[in-house]
Amino acid sequence: MEALISFLHAAIVAGTPLLFATLGEIITERSGNLNLGVEGMMLMGAVMGFMVGLSTGSASLALLTAMVAGAGGALIFAFITITLRANQTVAGLTLTIFGSGFADFVGQDLVGQIAPEGLRMFFRPYTIPLLGDIPLIGPVLFRQDVFVYLGYVSAILLGIYLFKTSWGMNLRAVGENPGAADAAGVNVTLYKYVHTLVGGALCGLGGAYLSLVYVPALQEGVTAGRGWIAVALVIFATWNPYKALFGAFLFGGLDIIGFRIQNLGINISQYFIDMLPYLVTITVLVVVSMRKSREKAGPKACGIPYFREER
Amino acid sequence: MENNYISMKNINKSFGKVVANKNINLDVRKGEIHALLGENGAGKSTLMNMLSGVYTPDSGSIFIKGREIQFAAPKDAIKAGIGMIYQHFKLIDVLTAKENIILGQKNSFFLNEKVLSQKIKDMSVRFGLDIDPDKKVYNMSVGEKQTLEILKVLYRGAEILILDEPTAVLTPQETEKLFKIMRKMKEEGCSVVFITHKMNEVMEVADRITVLRKGETVMTVDKVSTNPKHLTELMMGCPADLSIKRIETEKSKVTLEVRDLSAVNIEGVKVLKEMSFDLYAGEILGVAGVAGSGQRELCEAIAGLYPVKQGQVVFDGEDLVGKSPSEIITKGISLSFIPEDRLGMGLVASMDIVNNVVLKLYQRQKGIFINRKPAEKKSQEIIDRLSIQTPGIKHPVRMLSGGNIQKVLLGRELDSKPQVLITAYPVRGLDVNSCYTIYDLLNEEKQKGVAVLYIGEDLDVLLELCDRIMVLCAGEITGIVDARNVTKEEIGLMMTGAVNLTREGEKSDYADANNSTCN
Amino acid sequence: MLMPITVRAIKKSEPGRMQAALIRIGAIILALVASSLFILLLDLNPGDVYVKMVQGAFGTPYRIRETIVKAIPLVITSLGIGIAFRMQFWNIGGEGQIAIGAFAATYFALFMNDMPMPLMLLVMIIAGMLAGGIWALIPAFFKAQWGTNETIVTLMMNYIGLKWIMFLQYGPWRDPKSLGFPKIANFPDNAVLPEVFGVHIGWIIALVLVVAVHIFINHTKKGYEIAVIGESVNTARYAGINIKKTILIAIMLSGGLCGLVGMIQASAVNNTLSVEITGGVGYTAIITSWLAALSAPVILIVSVLFAALLEGGSYIQTVFGIPQAAAELLQGIILFFVLGSEFFVRYKFVLVKKHHIAEKNQVSVGKEVQ
Repeated sequence: MEALISFLHAAIVAGTPLLFATLGEIITERSGNLNLGVEGMMLMGAVMGFMVGLSTGSASLALLTAMVAGAGGALIFAFITITLRANQTVAGLTLTIFGSGFADFVGQDLVGQIAPEGLRMFFRPYTIPLLGDIPLIGPVLFRQDVFVYLGYVSAILLGIYLFKTSWGMNLRAVGENPGAADAAGVNVTLYKYVHTLVGGALCGLGGAYLSLVYVPALQEGVTAGRGWIAVALVIFATWNPYKALFGAFLFGGLDIIGFRIQNLGINISQYFIDMLPYLVTITVLVVVSMRKSREKAGPKACGIPYFREER
Repeated sequence: MENNYISMKNINKSFGKVVANKNINLDVRKGEIHALLGENGAGKSTLMNMLSGVYTPDSGSIFIKGREIQFAAPKDAIKAGIGMIYQHFKLIDVLTAKENIILGQKNSFFLNEKVLSQKIKDMSVRFGLDIDPDKKVYNMSVGEKQTLEILKVLYRGAEILILDEPTAVLTPQETEKLFKIMRKMKEEGCSVVFITHKMNEVMEVADRITVLRKGETVMTVDKVSTNPKHLTELMMGCPADLSIKRIETEKSKVTLEVRDLSAVNIEGVKVLKEMSFDLYAGEILGVAGVAGSGQRELCEAIAGLYPVKQGQVVFDGEDLVGKSPSEIITKGISLSFIPEDRLGMGLVASMDIVNNVVLKLYQRQKGIFINRKPAEKKSQEIIDRLSIQTPGIKHPVRMLSGGNIQKVLLGRELDSKPQVLITAYPVRGLDVNSCYTIYDLLNEEKQKGVAVLYIGEDLDVLLELCDRIMVLCAGEITGIVDARNVTKEEIGLMMTGAVNLTREGEKSDYADANNSTCN
Repeated sequence: MLMPITVRAIKKSEPGRMQAALIRIGAIILALVASSLFILLLDLNPGDVYVKMVQGAFGTPYRIRETIVKAIPLVITSLGIGIAFRMQFWNIGGEGQIAIGAFAATYFALFMNDMPMPLMLLVMIIAGMLAGGIWALIPAFFKAQWGTNETIVTLMMNYIGLKWIMFLQYGPWRDPKSLGFPKIANFPDNAVLPEVFGVHIGWIIALVLVVAVHIFINHTKKGYEIAVIGESVNTARYAGINIKKTILIAIMLSGGLCGLVGMIQASAVNNTLSVEITGGVGYTAIITSWLAALSAPVILIVSVLFAALLEGGSYIQTVFGIPQAAAELLQGIILFFVLGSEFFVRYKFVLVKKHHIAEKNQVSVGKEVQ
């Protein structure tokens, strides 16, 4: 039991960066923008958040910077794809390449440094009164750090926003059929920009969690493909923030299951265990693509640039 | 002028090199139904899209109720009381009727589902428009979608209603219903602009008519002081006879036999239900039906592009079902299919004419290399024969006009000297002259003994051009009738599955109509 | 009173080739200007840095040879990826395909090397190409069968492929003679590609492939079918093209070329297999093949320029102490600018003066009354 709780607790911690990135990509794709630069934006958030955290010691400043960095990457993408109508796939790939170059460049002197004591104290687990005492659920879900709680809140708020508010409905319309949304009076360009930027900010937060809390130190390529797993998780979660919560923690579990297996004394090479999340991602994608349904398909106009006067 | 709701002055608009509107003037009065008449490509939709804020004019001014306005986006036009119902509905499939109606409007931040549903129900009762606020758009029929579009516009408080070719997808009965709504709007003091190219509809509902030709205003006339012949002349720019010749041919052998053809789509829904009919050499068999009644699936199933669940398509004693499209092409079975979505299916938009002509030739070439020489020669022949306007054979198809694109496609298919020709909406979006060129080409093929299956949407054309008309409803044949002695209304009833008018004599002749009505 | 002016984008009538080329070159120059800002941030003179970069890439015969050695994998990988991109199949699995190709070639070089050199090399080439092709075939199969998103699957397989190489390097294939250093044994001499004019024979292979791929794309049936599928799957279906088969063949080729790169790098450059074998070529090639508009001859030019950028980048690292990542950053910036510039090939901006509304209103109302 102890082992199970500790495993699930760790799974949530490992799943949190994925959660932020997945939520970010969900909101981006809901606006019709397929931004494959998640990995790049996470890296930008990771390095900038770490740098500011290290120099100021302020958690809120670090998180804010990470969000700005992620949104900055998203802004480049948004400008090139929304205003200049470039190919989204290539623009996203470029953002990933740019973001990792940016992170290596900015972070060259910081690599290997450990997050400062003050920050680590700030992000230590904190038990929520009452909820933290529920058997099993309490220790797993409610004895986490504030960053994890921020993840829960983000997912729920995003779900409410998307399905219960008029702005969320407009957003869904933009992703499905921007021409129709435009004709109905929705400012398509504004919606695309805002949500792509917010999405980028969330990806930046996901990266910051890695460098500030999860590791907590700066490493080169600290994301290790998590940005891409997040892109896959969006499909797995059928563009639904609530399901993203489940998916991210499931994959968080996969990320750490290797250590647990080795701890059990089962002898599998570390390298095979490292492959596991990637293998599962592929499996999930294949399974999802095998069953097709209209409600579970993504936003229909996702990946297609919109130009009102196109004919 | 006080009673001019809309006044458009010296409007110019071009797309690249194409001039769509040139110094257009238009006045629409309060409380009138104003028809905007012109053939395809005359600039009607472009003009109205500027009124609804989708396009911005290159120059010229727009006045609404005497005040000059400039729209930066459709939402500005909505604010000014303009509501447009587009030819291709602008609805979000995955949202409900209710959500589509309130989309983009000032709503409370959190949506109150129940209150909104009630509000929309009240409104639909008031206007006599029946709609279920919680039905998703993808579950709606074409008629329902149009009702929804109208409600959407009314919800936004529109005083000026623009309808872009609203009747193209409706049955005659649905069209009547729409006209009633338009008249009611007029009584309430709204202005209705009605874009069309159909003379009889203009004469039925319009008060005044503005005729456009090649992007320019010809004139505005009162209905009472004009007649269809006069309007046609204004529209065409010359006296024209707009009747389609039906060439009489001897009925001869059956070329294509379709037996009990059934197919299901990805979601498991039956899209073709035990269809049986014969296609004779030297006839044009028209296919009528509300959009999405199985026309596309039928064409594709015959061409080997749609999986067939059961049944046979017999051609030359051979069953085509189960054969791949390339087998059908390479076996020299001369079956030509002109799909409805020209650039999406029949042609490769960014490639030149040669590369599009080679599409149907290269599979018969030997070896791994492709030889474009024969295609170059053929391209030139097609251009000459159908007088296609193009700078050359190496010009990307995308850059041609709609009529010329259709001619490339038709030319390529006719070039293979088919015995069966399947065409789906071959004149969609073409100007009148191009339409007639296409009709003439089809008649020519018919005279040569080709069996033509013609999927159409304009019932008037079907009645004039075809020998027989087969009506589809929800994937089922609801009647096969002689085009010479059937009325539009009768076909309309069959389109909704209300009756099956397959006549006794014909039945024994063709022995294939399905008796049951559709459900 | 102010005259409000708005900016609007308008579609150009058909742009000329010259104009398009000028716009793209302009974009690259702008990218260099933008990168100068970065360099200025580092307290360096951008002019100096660019001059040193050119010297670093082409300054001496040795550096030219080094640039060519860097260009070879880039050219071949770009050709491979270009075939897939032409079909709108986003193969970003070049890294993994290179790694697995190198793995297969290495297997023969280490364990079945009892062959004369030409045969040995031929076997390695075939093994590398087959392995890379099969590795790419897995996502292609999913794509053809169920439409599975190939972007993510090919990328995930990069990680799996590289982990596999790591496993070998740190595990079963570790050279016992390397004194505990995690390294795979060097290839025997008969498994190393020979040199021609001071550069390994890979440059000849690359040139031959440029011609071959160009012919394949433009003059064969399969090449034509690939282009049709890329433009419109429905048209391809309509024309009777066997879409699944064509996807599999095209991606097998695409991955095969990447696998060949793995063999070349392992044999001629590293003389062994290691996780560093790919050197990020699989990602850089995405940029080069897109910049080259997927055209084989242009890929050759762009790849050489990019190799120069990389080579020059590592030179300025030693001269100015600028991190290697700067070159990576520069690549991203250049591509951003070129991507953005495509817009100006197709559209132009015009200024629209909004006339004075009130005034005009009076005038026109007046006219009406008359």
